[in-house]
Amino acid sequence: MTSIGTGYDLSASTYSPDGRIFQVEYANKAVENSGTAIGLKVKDGIVLAVEKLVHSKLLVPGANRRIRTIDRHIGMATAGLPADARTVANRARDEAANHRDIFQSPPPLSTIADRLGQFVQVYTLYSSVRPFGISTILGAVDKNGPALYVIEPSGVFYGYHGAAVGKGRQLAKTELEKLKLSELTAREAVIEAARIIYLVHEDEKEKEFELEMSWISPETNGLHVAVPKDLFDEAESKAREALTSGLE
Amino acid sequence: MDHFPTNWGRPRNDTIDPYGTYPIHQRPKDAFSTGIQRTQHPIVTGTSVLAIKFKDGVMMAADNLASYGSLARFRDIQRLHPVGDNTVIGAGGDMSDFQYLQSILDELMVDEFCASDGHTLGPAEVHNYLSELMYARRSKMDPLWNSLLVGGFKDGKRFLAYVDLLGTTYASSTLATGYGAYIAQPLLRRAVEGNEDTLTKEEARKILEQSMQVLFYRDARSIDQFQIATVTAAGVHISEARKLETSWSFAEGIRGYGAQTQ
Repeated sequence: MTSIGTGYDLSASTYSPDGRIFQVEYANKAVENSGTAIGLKVKDGIVLAVEKLVHSKLLVPGANRRIRTIDRHIGMATAGLPADARTVANRARDEAANHRDIFQSPPPLSTIADRLGQFVQVYTLYSSVRPFGISTILGAVDKNGPALYVIEPSGVFYGYHGAAVGKGRQLAKTELEKLKLSELTAREAVIEAARIIYLVHEDEKEKEFELEMSWISPETNGLHVAVPKDLFDEAESKAREALTSGLE
Repeated sequence: MDHFPTNWGRPRNDTIDPYGTYPIHQRPKDAFSTGIQRTQHPIVTGTSVLAIKFKDGVMMAADNLASYGSLARFRDIQRLHPVGDNTVIGAGGDMSDFQYLQSILDELMVDEFCASDGHTLGPAEVHNYLSELMYARRSKMDPLWNSLLVGGFKDGKRFLAYVDLLGTTYASSTLATGYGAYIAQPLLRRAVEGNEDTLTKEEARKILEQSMQVLFYRDARSIDQFQIATVTAAGVHISEARKLETSWSFAEGIRGYGAQTQ
């Protein structure tokens, strides 16, 4: 890292001479160290999946969730510092609640992503604060149908058909590109999401991990909920199968 | 936060400040200080709500009228409102306050949903929340002008209770608010008390329909269109608006008021 020791990386409020903000780039490194998170926008819904690395056997299974619910119809998956994710999730819930309070209607995801993008960007402006060390995948089914956004530590946010952040994002992205996302149903997408998470984990040869998946589909009545156990188990066993058959 | 201790509502303490060295703050008066008004009477109102327990759960009825004084102003208002999958609330009193309560409860349910911890609020929790809210508002001298019935069925248990603008609560196997408390409650008690575990859904509906009919004959703020909410293990079901069967032929023989000449 040529930037270290130059003095331009000490504060998020300082540019380097070639116009970069190193603190934001370091925040991206924090994201890259995290287990992969992916999001799929398909024909009739959204699927979020996370490879949650389990750093201790002493942890209760299911602890430290990385997929959160923001509103009835909005879900959020993060990669990066878990504590930062809490802050952003709470802010997102506030924004959604405020929208409901003002407009008496469920917020469209574009508005929430916009507000959150502004919130994250503000943390790149001052020397007294540190940018968020997370990339956030937001998924929802709102009045315009399914929507999927990613907010990066710089505060930029883009809409996607399929999104991947965290350690295994490169491989996950190439896998996502192979899918015909606009033709899949949410049920099929759950199977694919599990397969991709298992695949990228195998590629990294990391420690133990837990698969975490949520979805919004016609079956959930437009609500963001955890994938039901039977479908989850089916997806997980198919993912394992795909791995072993792929290795031979 | 008001940072002036002298505004906190206690007189100045002579043992601590005998010479009155602490400046007594005058609360700034602006053009709006006299403009703050609290609800002193309801404006657009709903009348009675009735509810009973029966074999499989709880049933509640309310008509579709929101009155403006004695004017039958809005004739298609739903006064029964589902809260989550196990609870229904019915409201008499100020309808704008009731709409406000609906949005408060919706926010509460979204918060609980976001926790996604496997727990949901049932009728008992919703009722207690409402009682705290109503009591807090009456303590601010700014009550939400409603009388509410909260009914539900969760974890195999029926729940039915009342809460009003003062924060008063009580529970019973039959409840009625407003005019219904005088006219319908005795009828409901006679039909339901002791039979809570044997009454079928059909019988329960008949009891409520008959009571609504009596109320329509007697209550000048009621209308002959009503809905029935049923909460059972299957969840909340609120019926379409239904017309009451009424017969006014008996009125022919009434003498004493009206345009008759003899």
